[in-house]
Amino acid sequence: MVTPTKPDYKVIGTRPLRPDGIDKVTGRAQYGNDIKQAGMIQGQILRSPHAHANIKRIDTSKAAALEGVKAIVTGADLPIVTGDTRAENSINVLAGAKALYRGHAIAGVAAVNAHVAQQAIDLIEVEYEVLPPVLDVRDAMHAEAPVIHDSLRTTSMAGKGENPTNVAAQIGFNFGDIEKGFAECDEIVEGEFCTKMVHQGYIEPQACTAMWNPDGQLVIWTSTQGSFPVRKDTSEILNHPISKVKIIPTEIGGGFGGKIPVYLEPVAALLSKKSGRPVAMHMDRTNVFEGTGPTGGTSIKAKIGATKDGKLIAGYADMAYEGGCFPGSSVTMGAMAMFAPYDVEHVKIDGFDVVVNKPKTQDYRAPGAPAASFALEQLVDELAEKLGIDPLKLRAMNSSHEGTRGPGGMPFSRIGQEECIEAALNSAHYNTPLEGPNRGRGVASGFWFNVGLRSSVNVSVQPDGTVNLVEGNTDIGGTRASLSMQLAETLGIEYGDVKVTVVDTDSVGYNDVTAGSRTTYATGMAANKAGLNLIDEMKKLLAPKWQVELDSIQFADGVFSSGEKSGTFKEAAGIVVGANGAGLTASGSVSAGVLVGGGFGLHIVDVEVDPDTGKTQVLRYTVIQDAGTAIHPSYVEGQMQGGAVQGIGWALNEEYYYDEDGRMANSSFLDYRIPTTLDVPMIDTIIVEVPNPTHPFGVRGVGEVGIVPPLGAIANAVSHATGVRQTQLPMSPRRILETTQGIE
Amino acid sequence: MAGRVHVTTRLNGEETDFLCEPRQSLLEVLRDVIGLTGAKEGCNNGNCGACNVILNGKLVNSCCVLGAEVQDAEITTIEGVAQGDHLHPLQNSFLENAALQCGICTPGFIVAAKALLDSEPDADEARVRHWLAGNLCRCTGYDKIVRAVLDAGEEMRKTPASTR
Repeated sequence: MVTPTKPDYKVIGTRPLRPDGIDKVTGRAQYGNDIKQAGMIQGQILRSPHAHANIKRIDTSKAAALEGVKAIVTGADLPIVTGDTRAENSINVLAGAKALYRGHAIAGVAAVNAHVAQQAIDLIEVEYEVLPPVLDVRDAMHAEAPVIHDSLRTTSMAGKGENPTNVAAQIGFNFGDIEKGFAECDEIVEGEFCTKMVHQGYIEPQACTAMWNPDGQLVIWTSTQGSFPVRKDTSEILNHPISKVKIIPTEIGGGFGGKIPVYLEPVAALLSKKSGRPVAMHMDRTNVFEGTGPTGGTSIKAKIGATKDGKLIAGYADMAYEGGCFPGSSVTMGAMAMFAPYDVEHVKIDGFDVVVNKPKTQDYRAPGAPAASFALEQLVDELAEKLGIDPLKLRAMNSSHEGTRGPGGMPFSRIGQEECIEAALNSAHYNTPLEGPNRGRGVASGFWFNVGLRSSVNVSVQPDGTVNLVEGNTDIGGTRASLSMQLAETLGIEYGDVKVTVVDTDSVGYNDVTAGSRTTYATGMAANKAGLNLIDEMKKLLAPKWQVELDSIQFADGVFSSGEKSGTFKEAAGIVVGANGAGLTASGSVSAGVLVGGGFGLHIVDVEVDPDTGKTQVLRYTVIQDAGTAIHPSYVEGQMQGGAVQGIGWALNEEYYYDEDGRMANSSFLDYRIPTTLDVPMIDTIIVEVPNPTHPFGVRGVGEVGIVPPLGAIANAVSHATGVRQTQLPMSPRRILETTQGIE
Repeated sequence: MAGRVHVTTRLNGEETDFLCEPRQSLLEVLRDVIGLTGAKEGCNNGNCGACNVILNGKLVNSCCVLGAEVQDAEITTIEGVAQGDHLHPLQNSFLENAALQCGICTPGFIVAAKALLDSEPDADEARVRHWLAGNLCRCTGYDKIVRAVLDAGEEMRKTPASTR
């Protein structure tokens, strides 16, 4: 359905309270670590102290002899599974012959309580043969670098390479004629940019409880972004039928991409099978940093060129991304996203997916795009300076729009990039001059694909005409509200007349992850579809009651009508369901595609850099973003603000700081500093609404775009404040002093 | 059981006693012994504030206090912030301001903000930001949290402390 202009919605665009709100402000909401089961015992994981080592021997006999220990598992207890990804998932959950990173799980113990389990962990003897680690993405690409996987060969368009390597894949994108393009340019700027491994930093550590019944029925309560993918991964790793695995999602305390894979679930399941008891496991913060999946460091060499009047002509990038200990970095998405904000005729990208002795990387909010944007948006800034053109106006002149070649070569549908830049040009922030010494302003654009994928919901009508909505996407930031609102809008009822429940994998059709900015979009489509199906079912039951032809019943603005007969949805429900009528249910399932209307944003930031300490303070920050249609504007703003502040942390402070042996030296929230209230100002927001033609209400995903522009915007601001171009993250006080004063 | 300590305390206004191991933190006691899971474990070393409780009028990280230390103490947890079915102004304000996304840090923020506003309901933005710097949130960017606390302060100034 196409919505060229925003209709006059009744529920959409309002700001009702979220249905799960009271549970969450009173402490009643149950998260991953809050599940209690009768007879429950606690599990702990032994983790590798080495970044790279052969595991020669594991002796669990002393641990097994400790009073209170109920079960012990190692990688030898996992069935052998085939297929690259399945085998990697299995080895990542419990190591095989090699420890591939510090923090790699080696063994699991279940005991009467967590303290005893930890004592048992300390009694397990492991003989390691320590190997030299590979820790830097460019170092790992060298022919003489230690090889992490003897069997790994480079996959590329040319096929498989012949020699063992750490370069898992080489990808390429080629549009136009790059040499001809650069030959036409009057100004060319280039640079080398580097970002470090960073963590999603969700406040709730991974936690789950598993119960393996004697009949093979396995139930797992877990904090996850995707209960259905957890079911699949657990089933595959344990070689246990998927129909015998039931995942009950708890409330989830943040994820940002990091709570998609399984870590503890298969181990807890095995410990439960061995002990016959429900087994609860949760990570501590060091486990989370060292043993889960952050996003990898990157190295990007990039070059862009334009004519003297500011037309971008050509862009080239050489992008190397860390996949961690297994292939699977976000380089492909980074490469596809990099030039998406601009209409550039000639583009060439070489990308490399590289393994290093660090945790297997996972998605982190717009995976791959922030590092690409960090490089490109600084080059655009430099170009604007060289050409003497306002940096926003240069972006406006070259903005992508409907029909521009998008990622992978397909043209964009209706997008809002031009409108975002226009809103920035008109914003109070951009029109207020920044004054004072050591201060600078930066701007940057950002793009994210947004995905659709698969969603299913069930709806049923209650005797009082209210509607229950049953869905399977864990609510990570207000989606119970945004889905209920779309169903209410469809049915012409009040928001408060929808009651929503997130259920387990046995109780609703398949749902992909709560990720990819897809839940309000695709599960919203499913809710809309279920609503439309419900209206059809209502008409079928209403026709005999009203004694009219089915085809004569119309539904518009929340009212059923046929001739002189009419009634609101609730009145109709009273007729067909209320008085001992038949049950009235419907469902909606969608497979909503992959590229479903790109999301764009533009950020403006003012900073002040202390020349003596090198500390950067963010003075003012404005986020402008196209939401398509903002279903619940408060939660749209929340995504924009949250993404910006995660980006501020990434830009200024956050990094995995490794010693030369591959030990993370800052694996606590004290030393890995995410932003606090004192580090950021209020984050101003401007919601742009260019309805997405692929969604019945015009929704665009909003979850991820917000973390793409901050790295480049802040780097531009700091570069202007200090007079030195900042090409490496984080722009910590130490880095600033190194680059501005040459202090080592 | 041998080696356990018997502790009597006032928890959310009610006399409460429990047995704990000397090594168990107050957070473990609240969650695993007493069964109040509103205080959350985010870091277990005092850096995130998700386990905040008010102990004898002072805001503490319950992961950094031993259960055995709270003999005769007065403790308020998130479960004791609402009065019956009457939400505290902070709880209403967090809901109205959409000041939570995932909600895992919310109990800690509300308890921390209560500790501030009980004595300083007129705290301004700078004071609120300084006070809440020990509570980490990864979802919201803090904007709506700070606004929620400022709004709650305004609400609390309208009503005398005794009726809050």
